[in-house]
Amino acid sequence: MKPYTNHTSTAALMERSNVDTDQIIPKQFLKKVERSGFGVHLFHDWRFNADGSDNADFELNKDAFKDARILVAGDNFGCGSSREHAPWAIEDYGFNTIISTSYADIFYNNCFKNGILPIVVTRQELDQLMQEIRDNEGVKFSIDLSAKTITTAAGTVVKFDIDEFRKQNLLSGLDDIGMTLKHVDKIDSFEARQQQTHPWLWK
Amino acid sequence: MNKTMYEKIWDDHLVHESEGQAPILYIDRHLLHEVTSPQAFEGLRNANRPVRRTAANLATLDHCVPTTDRDQPIKDPIARIQVETMMKNCSDNGMRLYDMDSPNNGIIHIVVPEHGFVHPGMTVVCGDSHTATHGAFGALAFGIGTSEVEHVLSSQTLRQKKSKTMRVNVEGELSEFCTAKDIALSIIGHIGTAGGTGYVIEYTGDAIKKLSMEGRMTLCNLAIESGARAGLVAPDEKTFEFLKGREFAPQGDDWDKAVAYWKSIVTDEGAEYDTEVTMHADDIAPQVTWGTSPEQVIGVDKKVPDPKQFSDEDKQKSCASALNYMGLQANTDITDIAIDYVFIGSCTNGRIEDLRAAAKVAAGTTVADGVTAIVVPGSYRVKKQAEEEGLNQIFLDAGWQWREPGCSMCLAMNGDELKPGERCASTSNRNFEGRQGKGGRTHLVSPAMAAAAAAAGKFVDIRKL
Repeated sequence: MKPYTNHTSTAALMERSNVDTDQIIPKQFLKKVERSGFGVHLFHDWRFNADGSDNADFELNKDAFKDARILVAGDNFGCGSSREHAPWAIEDYGFNTIISTSYADIFYNNCFKNGILPIVVTRQELDQLMQEIRDNEGVKFSIDLSAKTITTAAGTVVKFDIDEFRKQNLLSGLDDIGMTLKHVDKIDSFEARQQQTHPWLWK
Repeated sequence: MNKTMYEKIWDDHLVHESEGQAPILYIDRHLLHEVTSPQAFEGLRNANRPVRRTAANLATLDHCVPTTDRDQPIKDPIARIQVETMMKNCSDNGMRLYDMDSPNNGIIHIVVPEHGFVHPGMTVVCGDSHTATHGAFGALAFGIGTSEVEHVLSSQTLRQKKSKTMRVNVEGELSEFCTAKDIALSIIGHIGTAGGTGYVIEYTGDAIKKLSMEGRMTLCNLAIESGARAGLVAPDEKTFEFLKGREFAPQGDDWDKAVAYWKSIVTDEGAEYDTEVTMHADDIAPQVTWGTSPEQVIGVDKKVPDPKQFSDEDKQKSCASALNYMGLQANTDITDIAIDYVFIGSCTNGRIEDLRAAAKVAAGTTVADGVTAIVVPGSYRVKKQAEEEGLNQIFLDAGWQWREPGCSMCLAMNGDELKPGERCASTSNRNFEGRQGKGGRTHLVSPAMAAAAAAAGKFVDIRKL
């Protein structure tokens, strides 16, 4: 996983709530056995017309949002299926930051495994950030993960909170599994104990 | 200290906790299917890590498998590769797989309880959000992403943040025409699809206790549609009776020890939840979703809402956008909505009890002109049982199709799908845009409501049949 670095990037606006993982990456693209190459299918059913051309009405197809790395979206982003193909597609497309008031639980966890920072802001803060994009499409936001701030071109500063462990993992790009396997002795002793106390779980 | 069931299960599985790090939780059972696991196995190979505990895993093929012509190779070459990859990954790692030819094959969340693979008090995960189903047994069961699948395969643990607890108490008596599906949908309608975010829900109350194990599975299956990490129902005699004698249930002396433990994990008297919600089963009518989110749901005797009814601007927008996608006018009676398709099946409603309920309504009827109606049993065991009871004949006589098991039209990955604009009465779990096929329109209902809609060609209030 690539370490997350502070950046200043275009923020794209998606004024929809309950954006579900079926929309982020429709099921017809879940049959691949690889992790890569999902970006071209991101938001497929919204993004493309039936003939495969770009749907001009879809927000992310706007020229102003073409190079966006920050996605600003409505409540409960990423609800639905557990498919990690959703963050894979988002990351592969070029986003590494999402800003919303809330995320579905599994999607939120999946983001951190893929170098994506899902920022939680209040409704009021989201309204402010959305308004700044509406006023000036293509506007850039600066994300400072160490300081836990979003700073807009207009000078608005939004502080956000994030679990310290997750923050460190994003910044270091560390492999979660490797970190856990450092505690293999504790897993061994847990298992030995459970075989004594709950033998039926081991037959 | 008095503890909730969730807290007891959590404490019994805590491997390690240290300052500044997410706690490590032990995972007793891991379930796999072909869609969310290949990249995890690839990760293990790349890092040269073995599967830690083979026997704790159970795999099946369900998402991509065809529900017709099962003796033929899968036509879709990409799906075929995914299925073959799963078979190779399981065989390379010596893992138990119920492949397409196995009489044990079916949807993972149907197969696992059939085999007694999950017990009360366990921690259970799967790369599938509907893992919540197994909370019906009083197991802490939740969906995970593929990176976490790899984490579990290699360490038999997960890094977890402790959830908050919510009690959803459903008191009173459910109408004989209503089911666990209607309870679940009305809860989602009440608290919203994000209402449970950050929580593990424990369902309590008379109406829950009275549910069969199948009903509890339907209820917990839909916990995820309210955003909850997991749903739980306290294990009781029904739970023990269901498990006894199944392949992976404790045997001999272990049975009594296990039951004693299972009885000990229920929530203590006086334990406190972070949030409590109370609902009354008597108030619940057969539910029909009208929009593109499971929270957009209403009783069958009501009308399609008008965006103006919502005070929240966001909800107004969502309503208008959903009505547009669904091709519905505000204030239309739900019972005036005509359908093209009926799907009975899925991990939500593909169990024997669901098929019995639908067959009871379908018996002696004929599928309406222009309507296609299919039954996809949740597993081969369900299919066999239904055939022994003659349910398949009831459906076939009424003009339904009787298919082979799989996820099928719940997510439409296997070729079973709606055409753009087609409207479906579906017993599945998600009515998202395009879920059952691009442009397809899904209305979530119970099996009996789906069967009634098939005969009438539109939604029917089954209480008036």
